[in-house]
Amino acid sequence: MTSARTPLLCMRGMSKSFGAVRANQDVDLVLYAGDVLGLLGENGAGKTTLMNMLFGTYAPDSGAIEIEGRPVTISSSADALALGVGMVHQHFHLVPRLTVLDNLMIGRPGNRGRLDRSGARQKLEEIGDRFGLRLDPDEPVSALAIGEQQRLEIVKALFRDARMLILDEPTAVLTPQEADFLFDALRAMAGDGLGIIFISHKLYEVKAITNRAMIMRRGKVTATVDDIGSVSERELGELMCGHEIVPPQKAPSEPGKVLLRLKEVTTAPGAEASGGAPLREVSLEVRAGEVLGIAGVSGNGQLEVAELIAGVRRQTAGELNVTGEIVIYPSPRAIQDLRVGRIPEDRLGTGLISSLPMADSMILPRVHAAPFSRYGVLDRARIQDFVEGQVERFDIKCAAIDVRTGTLSGGNLQKVLLARELAFDPLVVLAAQPTRGLDVGAAQFVHERFLEVRAAGGAILLISEDLEELFLLSDRIAVMYEGRVMDTLAIEEATVRRVGMLMAGASSEDAA
Amino acid sequence: MTEILGEILQVGFFAAILRIATPLILATIGEMFTERGGVLNLGIEGIMLLGSMAGFSAAYFSGSLWLGILAAMAVGALAALLMGFLTVTLGLSQHVSGIGTTLLCTGLAFFLYRLIFGQPSVPPNVEAFQAVPLPLVSKIPVLGPMLFNHFALVYLALLLVPAAAFVLYHTPWGLSLRAVGENPRAADGAGVSVAKMRYQALVLSGMLMGAAGAYLSMAQFNAFTFGVISGRGWVCIALVVFGQWSPWKCLAGALLFGFVDALQLRLQASGVIDIPYQFFLMLPFVLTIVAMGAVSRSATPPAALLVPFRKEER
Amino acid sequence: MIRLRLETRSHTPGWLKLVLPLLAILATLLICAGLVAMAGADVLAAYSKLLLSAVSSRFNFVETLVKAAPIAFTGLAVAVAFRAKFWNIGAEGQLLAGAMAAAFIGGRAALPGWSLVPLMLLCGMAAGAAWALLPALLKTRYRVDDVVTTLLLNFIMFYLMMALVDGPWKDPLSGYPDSPDIRVAAEFPILLGGTRLHLGVLLAFVAAPLVWFLMRRTTLGFNIRAVGENATAARYAGIRIPVVITGTAALSGALAGLAGVGEVGGIHFQVMAGLSPGYGYTGIVIATLALLNPLGVLPAAFFFAVIITGAESMSRATGVPVFLADVFQGVALISMLIAILFTQYRVRVQR
Repeated sequence: MTSARTPLLCMRGMSKSFGAVRANQDVDLVLYAGDVLGLLGENGAGKTTLMNMLFGTYAPDSGAIEIEGRPVTISSSADALALGVGMVHQHFHLVPRLTVLDNLMIGRPGNRGRLDRSGARQKLEEIGDRFGLRLDPDEPVSALAIGEQQRLEIVKALFRDARMLILDEPTAVLTPQEADFLFDALRAMAGDGLGIIFISHKLYEVKAITNRAMIMRRGKVTATVDDIGSVSERELGELMCGHEIVPPQKAPSEPGKVLLRLKEVTTAPGAEASGGAPLREVSLEVRAGEVLGIAGVSGNGQLEVAELIAGVRRQTAGELNVTGEIVIYPSPRAIQDLRVGRIPEDRLGTGLISSLPMADSMILPRVHAAPFSRYGVLDRARIQDFVEGQVERFDIKCAAIDVRTGTLSGGNLQKVLLARELAFDPLVVLAAQPTRGLDVGAAQFVHERFLEVRAAGGAILLISEDLEELFLLSDRIAVMYEGRVMDTLAIEEATVRRVGMLMAGASSEDAA
Repeated sequence: MTEILGEILQVGFFAAILRIATPLILATIGEMFTERGGVLNLGIEGIMLLGSMAGFSAAYFSGSLWLGILAAMAVGALAALLMGFLTVTLGLSQHVSGIGTTLLCTGLAFFLYRLIFGQPSVPPNVEAFQAVPLPLVSKIPVLGPMLFNHFALVYLALLLVPAAAFVLYHTPWGLSLRAVGENPRAADGAGVSVAKMRYQALVLSGMLMGAAGAYLSMAQFNAFTFGVISGRGWVCIALVVFGQWSPWKCLAGALLFGFVDALQLRLQASGVIDIPYQFFLMLPFVLTIVAMGAVSRSATPPAALLVPFRKEER
Repeated sequence: MIRLRLETRSHTPGWLKLVLPLLAILATLLICAGLVAMAGADVLAAYSKLLLSAVSSRFNFVETLVKAAPIAFTGLAVAVAFRAKFWNIGAEGQLLAGAMAAAFIGGRAALPGWSLVPLMLLCGMAAGAAWALLPALLKTRYRVDDVVTTLLLNFIMFYLMMALVDGPWKDPLSGYPDSPDIRVAAEFPILLGGTRLHLGVLLAFVAAPLVWFLMRRTTLGFNIRAVGENATAARYAGIRIPVVITGTAALSGALAGLAGVGEVGGIHFQVMAGLSPGYGYTGIVIATLALLNPLGVLPAAFFFAVIITGAESMSRATGVPVFLADVFQGVALISMLIAILFTQYRVRVQR
């Protein structure tokens, strides 16, 4: 029985607040060697905060941590690493311009003042042999695929002899098949005596890989499950949300005329050092009253599609047709004037301006024209009317309309973007990762708005790495791989397995 | 044309290139280190000036030139600590912090010099560094006087370049510094203290900049003047871009600048080309801008350059 | 353990924007008091000279206003440019460009007398703008860092000016490298008899609210802010960044050029080596102290004019080196930079 052994890790009474937000309240966690512990909860439930305290990124307000029965203080990641805690963050902590080997050696002591590259090479080989996690030591990280980058993150932890490994939403960036591969590796590690904490909000994954689970909601532990086999996915879901999940109702699709069409569009390689794939003869069509989903592992051309349609990237060949007009030189203004609403992937980076008042962020793309300005002079009264109206319509929680945009929560930021882009009755809506990082309530709000647009006869292009979201909203799903559209499936014929195979580059015949 | 060539193809001319390039090498390598760690140190111009003044004063009163160099390095390190407090600890704009540091150091240099020396009719001076011919090799014809008959600081500056390359690419410290400048979050996650690395790089850069300034008032010249730096610090910022943040290419850039500067001095003195001498003074600056225009499009600065790092930011 | 934590403010209270510069100045006075004491002077006596001599008589007060005009213009130039994160450290060179254009036009015998002043203003603005467009072009077209180019262009412009006044443009009647005096008709009208209070001072007072209106109430100002705060988002929203940067640079350069026109038309009537004792750099301090608000530039410029003129009488009376004014500027810039943190964050004490 596990209870007889000394736990690998024991956290008691962990609390942490950010301003008024109590991210963790009195949280306990126990992890044994060989455990795969699922840490389950919605976005904002406090999972990541708890793990960041374990990893020394945040200092806890109160609480105690014991490792193998010894009380420890972890005030930096260096402490955590020395204690055998390894963490794979949601956003990888890699240096793209350095090689795999150099990434492994960051923060490691040298051999008589020099970097010990040959020793590291040998150790990398050993880890590869032991867990099947192979990597080319001399490849720069910028050349690795997303799945390989994640593998490197795990190897980094093992390289430092981690005895427990925290994985924060590790499958978000993987194809279903890659996720299976990851699970095999995790099982091998658990079998080797490592303790693993697996953070997720995907119920089926938690069922598949963990043996125990802990559920968090609003900063507190609401339930612990000692035998994952004893509960169903539905029960887990209810524990996580506190209520039964009601998916939004979607009326049957009645597609009208084509409002957005890409015909054999090709783009030049971007200037960016890592990620991204230039488009290669991409053809897509979205009709009035339908949602076309685009699935794909991050970096396979989805961003390029979004940028092309948003008007910030140009095609080198092929044709972009928006609401019947051929757009030869896409520009943000030209696209916007064709009544395209654009929700970019990076809300604060690309969409809004963190340091400006929220009202300014909301009128940003339309400030040059009536009603917001005349002869180049701003009409502050009209702007205020508009923004106040939208704040009410979209239920944006803010103290005033001129608060700094960046101080709003993720859900409210997305509402500001929606309020901006849906304000002038768009015919086409382009949405990239529209619910990433949002809690369930906010995500549902976003989904409902999209379905309203669809019902009103708008065309929606939904780019998402969240397969659940795609299956929920899409009428058809196009799958991208290395800058190509592998296939477009009607929602009725799309299965997770089939989409997953296409995401991994299988031809449409193989995936069928 | 042949006259110009005649001016160039002299042993003394090549020696002058190295002499002129030395302070640029020191300060450029210093700047390269901080930028590799993610901090643009625009305090460079002021730190060089203050170092020049402090070094000169220390040497004047102690009678020891090397003590002067040490004093310049110490003062440079202090000024760099201020820069670190502003940009690393407080995360303020590196641009404005650097300009502020330069304004402050410049003001201090002027103020303290006047306070120490007053306004004498004959400016105070020191017995400047003498060339140290290296045994044996300095006797080699042509090459000897060109390369091996210099101030000790010239040799040190030249040795600094391979040392910097070794530290940057082959030591854990160098790897940590590069990681901090490319992706501080990753470095932090690997147990590297971003703030500590940046402070260390800044202090190193401050010491090198201080030494570069002192070289000017104690080796190249034998007195401190208010115009002793006159833009050389800003040129070093450009040289780091030109040198693509690599020690060897930075050296190449400094030598190229030294060549242009030595050339304009020769031409100015020889009167071969009859234009106002101010055009010669302008030439290195114009060429620096042209060189920046040529390389900047393809330059890839450290990814986290100019970006402050706050650990607990969500 | 007591820890200080920075917490983000969602709002900056208006009073704070008034208090912070005052606190920064107070801190600067305290820090510089150490230097005054080091110089062996009585701090209070020295400071009363430094701060009060500028307002001790009507004459001194007007002279301070005259001194404030050029640094108000360079302050405005920097305030505009920094909003777009166009790091124009080149107001110094643009000032000289404007001054040279003004001196050139002002000396033309062929032009009718009444046209001289307006032409000097126009050409001075154009020259300043042109000298600022060069780094803007290098930035937008070749991605050359604007800090370095604007700085280097200061030196280039200075040497260019010296080459001219030491050569082809040298005043034959002067033993020094000066340009010839401008025509009498080109001299700026004097607003107050018996003083040097010239048209340029009035222009600075008019320019500040105009620039404020431009920055706060027009789409151009809106776009400048947007580009400065987040260029990626601005571009995504359809704002053409090169156009905005170029426009900002031209505006900034024109304002700096006006500083030079005023010095030539109202004070020196010629260009020479000492035309600008670092007015361009002082502009950076002033703009920062004003929190980049064009209206705030006026009081900030007046304050630094007080310091610059006061430092001379302080030096004469107490022997404290006049360069205290330079140190003062550096310390004030750094203090204000730190003070600005409190517009974005508040300090919370944590147990």
